[in-house]
Amino acid sequence: MADRPSLAEEVRALEEIVRRLEQEDVDLDAALKLFEEGIARLRRARETLAGAEQTVQSVLADASGTLRNTRVDL
Amino acid sequence: MTLPLPFGPAGLDPAEVWSVSDLNQAARALLEQNLPPVWVRGEVTSFKSYASGHWYFTLQDGGAQVRCVMWRTWAQRAKGRPEEGAEVHAFGSPSLWEEKGEFRFTATVVLRSDQLGQQQQQLEATRAALARDGLLDPSRKRSLPRYASTLAVVTSLEGAVLHDIVTVARTRWPAVRILVLGARVQGADAVSELVRALRTVNRLDADVCIVGRGGGAREDLSAFNDEKVCRALAAVTIPTISAVGHESDISLCDLVADVRAATPSNAAELAVADQREVRAAVDALALRLAGGLSRRTRLLSERLARTADRLESEMEGVVRLHRHRLERIGAQLDALSPLGVLERGFAVPMSLEGRVLRRRDEFTPGLRYRLRVRDGDALARVEEA
Repeated sequence: MADRPSLAEEVRALEEIVRRLEQEDVDLDAALKLFEEGIARLRRARETLAGAEQTVQSVLADASGTLRNTRVDL
Repeated sequence: MTLPLPFGPAGLDPAEVWSVSDLNQAARALLEQNLPPVWVRGEVTSFKSYASGHWYFTLQDGGAQVRCVMWRTWAQRAKGRPEEGAEVHAFGSPSLWEEKGEFRFTATVVLRSDQLGQQQQQLEATRAALARDGLLDPSRKRSLPRYASTLAVVTSLEGAVLHDIVTVARTRWPAVRILVLGARVQGADAVSELVRALRTVNRLDADVCIVGRGGGAREDLSAFNDEKVCRALAAVTIPTISAVGHESDISLCDLVADVRAATPSNAAELAVADQREVRAAVDALALRLAGGLSRRTRLLSERLARTADRLESEMEGVVRLHRHRLERIGAQLDALSPLGVLERGFAVPMSLEGRVLRRRDEFTPGLRYRLRVRDGDALARVEEA
């Protein structure tokens, strides 16, 4: 998770790109670059959105402080 | 003499007659739906504990009294039976005992008022201590993340609370990761287990933490009013949501948490974004992204079109110029052309092979040749040289 931007970051960056494309007088080269970056962010955001359902895990710290995860069936 | 009957000449519609059961049932529903659970203060009289474990007693003040029942489940949890004549605070719901048609107060907690006073004092002291350290300060409140992907839930592993949170969170965001830190929420171990669970939250990579009560008496908030628990909650490094109290009573944890939720389901709603809404927002951004680029290219193509227009009109000028020159040169060429001479009535004699006959000795008697005139050839023959 840490090696790629979070959904919140992707969406924030996307909003900024769209704002610049809509408002600023960027030249075509820059506009194309922004557009490509936007498409990549869009793709990643949609991938995140399409993530599969995760299991519920119970976390317990044992006597030595080590965390143990066990699956919880509800 | 006939007795006046309370219905008209058409007779009585049997469907409009209620049974006693109907009446009591309706009255009970009316009571239970319109009077929320409340605290009632009064003096205990006629206390009776039955072999079944249920308690029956009356609460009264100077002007009124109400019959109360406390079912075994709740009576067992009480710290001791109320003494006859003691002033108590009872928490419960007004209801109607249908079989007897009697108004009842169904109590779930009964506390001696002097004990309540002590509890109240303790609560106020803790609250003051937390306030002194700024833990109740509104400026301390953090806002919740927009899109939480991992949820830490501190609550009892039993009971409906966890189930509610998981169900709602997953409905909104199926891919949400939920880490549960089980802790008893009432009883002797509740405080230490809650503190440990809250400290463990800081070792997890979660986005938001929900503290929920559940699996216990709705009124027993004591663990969530404990100073150690409140301080552990304040020390959680990610934004916190408490789903501990309910509308009528607030725990100190509710005040310490960044956000207070009305119910566990509400906590899950606050913690996790609705995927459909996010999807729609992302789709809208995608449209605007495409629109932004096409606007940029449209502006450019408009500029290009204007340039092309100018280019075209310039090209036309150039072409016109050349056409003039061409026409002039054509006229000059015409003037020099032998065809021009023919135009004026001259003719050119040529051999049948197409050679121009220029000298007299080329015209031998009998020679057949062609005469080129303005509009073609005419065949001719030399009669004599």
